Amino acid sequence: MPRLESALVRLLGPQRVLTSPDALLAWECDGFTVHKSRPRAVVLPESTAEVQAVVRLLADAQVPFVPRGAGTCLSGGPTAGTTAVVLDLSRMRRVLRIETADLFAVVEPGVVNADLTAAVKHLGLHYAPDPSSQTVCTIGGNFAENSGGPHCFKYGMTQDHVLAALVVLPDGSLARLGSPAGSRLPGSVDLTALFCGSEGTFGIATEITVRLCRDQESVRTLLASFATMTAACRTVGDIVAAGLVPAALEILDQATIRAVEASVYRAGYPADAAAVLLVELDGPTAVVGEEAAEVRAAFARNGALRIEEATDPNERKRLWKGRKGAFGAMGRLNTDLYVLDGVVPRTRLEEALAGITAIGAKHGVLMTNVFHAGDGNLHPNISYDGRDAAATARTIAAGHEILQLCVDLGGSISGEHGIGTEKLDHVRMMYDAADLAVMAKVRAVWNPDDRCNPGKALPSRSACAESAKWPAMTARILRDEVRP
Amino acid sequence: MASSSESPSPYARTLDCVHCGLCLPYCPTHQVLGVEADSPRGRIYLMRALAEGRVQDPTAIRPFLDRCLDCRACETACPSGVKYGEILEDTKARLERDRPQRGLRAFLVRFLLWHVVARQRRLRVLFAVLRLLEITGLRWLATKLRVVPAAIAKLAPPVPPAIERSPLPTGEHHPPATVARRGERVALFTGCIMEPMFGRVHRATLQVLLANGFQVVVPAAQRCCGALLVHAGQPDRARELARANVRAFADVDVVLNNSAGCGCAMKEYGHLLGDADGAAFAAKCRDISEFLAERGLSTAPAECRARAAYDDPCHLCHGQGVRSQPRQLLAQVPGLELVAHDKPEDCCGSAGIYNLLQPELAGEIGRKKIESLARAGVDLVLTGNPGCMLQIDSHLRAAGHKVRVRHPIELLVPPQ
Repeated sequence: MPRLESALVRLLGPQRVLTSPDALLAWECDGFTVHKSRPRAVVLPESTAEVQAVVRLLADAQVPFVPRGAGTCLSGGPTAGTTAVVLDLSRMRRVLRIETADLFAVVEPGVVNADLTAAVKHLGLHYAPDPSSQTVCTIGGNFAENSGGPHCFKYGMTQDHVLAALVVLPDGSLARLGSPAGSRLPGSVDLTALFCGSEGTFGIATEITVRLCRDQESVRTLLASFATMTAACRTVGDIVAAGLVPAALEILDQATIRAVEASVYRAGYPADAAAVLLVELDGPTAVVGEEAAEVRAAFARNGALRIEEATDPNERKRLWKGRKGAFGAMGRLNTDLYVLDGVVPRTRLEEALAGITAIGAKHGVLMTNVFHAGDGNLHPNISYDGRDAAATARTIAAGHEILQLCVDLGGSISGEHGIGTEKLDHVRMMYDAADLAVMAKVRAVWNPDDRCNPGKALPSRSACAESAKWPAMTARILRDEVRP
Repeated sequence: MASSSESPSPYARTLDCVHCGLCLPYCPTHQVLGVEADSPRGRIYLMRALAEGRVQDPTAIRPFLDRCLDCRACETACPSGVKYGEILEDTKARLERDRPQRGLRAFLVRFLLWHVVARQRRLRVLFAVLRLLEITGLRWLATKLRVVPAAIAKLAPPVPPAIERSPLPTGEHHPPATVARRGERVALFTGCIMEPMFGRVHRATLQVLLANGFQVVVPAAQRCCGALLVHAGQPDRARELARANVRAFADVDVVLNNSAGCGCAMKEYGHLLGDADGAAFAAKCRDISEFLAERGLSTAPAECRARAAYDDPCHLCHGQGVRSQPRQLLAQVPGLELVAHDKPEDCCGSAGIYNLLQPELAGEIGRKKIESLARAGVDLVLTGNPGCMLQIDSHLRAAGHKVRVRHPIELLVPPQ
């Protein structure tokens, strides 16, 4: 066993250091399965001190490393290059502190998003950001990716809910960011916010202080089905234009509905509808009642085929179940799934969806759409067979065009999934060399020798093999399209 | 593509997984270990890589597959409907065929499963011997001398006296004259471990069926269901048993099971045998709770004053989709207060002979189950599988809880 591996075993014991190349295949990718790479080793630290000790060892050996949570990221964030060591934080899953009166909790990074809410539910509290993978994904991963979710339309992204963090920097030193009382440092530089969404390239958060929200007095969930996608999108426009701020505004298209209805996550969505719109309202009972009437009026105005309302928590769970299980259900359509993530101004949703459909048709790919309509955050999903090189290439090419479309419509290339390895080539659609230089300088402050999750999130000019790896992989896949 | 020349079906089934990870929190081993390769998603990925010929040394991935309880909780959670159990069992069969596990332990397991467990008579002799060791104090001695590993000795339940181990009389059983007959004849499967450890459950099952007006046949030619062999990667031997069972139950329309593991395996004979006979047999199989809930009880159960929790056996809830029926029947027991506990569908760590093969992990999983039951503050736990009954009972005793464990059917017996 090489020296580094031996040192890691001395530190953590043989059970928590995985070096068998065959076993390491399991860490080859996250939810973005286009880019695959087997790490050099995987270690399973259980405390801040162990993370520090591992990171120091890796710093001494000048070995790159990648933090990982539950591996549900959809942009390749935790996918490691072959020379990198993965720090799998799944075992750091203790809720360290719950402050009921001050409304915050301190958690380890491996705490599963939904488990945090479950831990404070009896107090009438919850953790607001709710990615669709919330039953699996970790707070650490959410913090790294600045994750969103259906309820972020009203409540904001992860960034709005992290108050403070304890982070291990790439040299093994510890830094405290923010404070539970507010995350501003003297000089008004919000380091917690800066760290949030850095995709694991600034360091490893080992303790995260998050805001807890009080449960609302009343929650009403309405579902309407429509004969056309346009009608569903217009309804969203009407609801927002009326001044309402629903807790969530979600649309699923027909192909998605059908896949979900065939799965264990079936929610009773009408399979003949072209689109369903899920609206959730929360707040004081009287207000929610008035808002529900307005939403129903908007449904009616746009010719809704069928309207359903959840009257109890179980019904509400049922209506949401289909939405939350939507991505996984796509496995019924083909062997692989590419979940895209782009944003357009809400007023241009209809245009964007028409454009996306046209791009899908042009490349001959099977596409389904699930999206956070309230904030214009689109998730076109392409189901393809990853064993078919040409099909994979068409998928990547279609994805590229869709992101260009989003940017052209005044939107962005990522709402919540991050850049990771997936979108390194797309960053330049939005930012020029000067913009990127600023970002690179900020990163260099935290991660000067680019060993912490190297090659992610920012296209790099460095000659480092890790940085060039992913764009080269994409390029190779795209070249296969023209191969006979 | 599949490296083997055989049907690529297990490989094709791995392709249903799109790596979403929604199965992770439902996996008992991932909950304890937090290791991707010890999660359903990770294991499917490794099995797919194996089929693609990307795994250099299959023995390196074997421990991850062996640590799987085959509880199927991931199947309940999977939005893509991945048939995880089939993938695992087929992969294990291939591994076992291409590179059978060596060593004394592997030999003993193979020997025990085929030459003892699968042969009811030898199993009876084994239990008689174990009972003798216990009575003569030799078990105590063996534990003291550490012939038996301490972890196993501590959890191993006492063997019941001979009268409780006596087999159910084979042949036809008719309802008593005082009971209104339903005119339906059903067969009872007796399995392996249920008889020597919980003979009373078989007697209760028979009694309930007769009291409710059913004619019951216990075919003498029936054999072990083969589930443990399938889990151990030996489907050929399991098929031999399955064919014997298809023949033994040929003249009945309903085959009843009071053991969730056996019932699940027998409902999967269609897949195991890959023929119409297997599928037809599978269609006749019902769990006892499924059958009674469907037909309805015509004779009320005796009163039972207890605060009880019903814990779902994995191979009943995940494997057979039977969840409401046992609860519905138990709700008809006068005096019984059925309370909810956390995660009733989580595995207890029994999983066939898993608690013998992976004692540490099974212990950890078992302790979580006991904690959940303890929080519910019950004095009775009900579960419909002998392995789960043993595991939960052992852990309750080890933790010093005075909680009884019973099979739900025992509570459906009418007043004497």
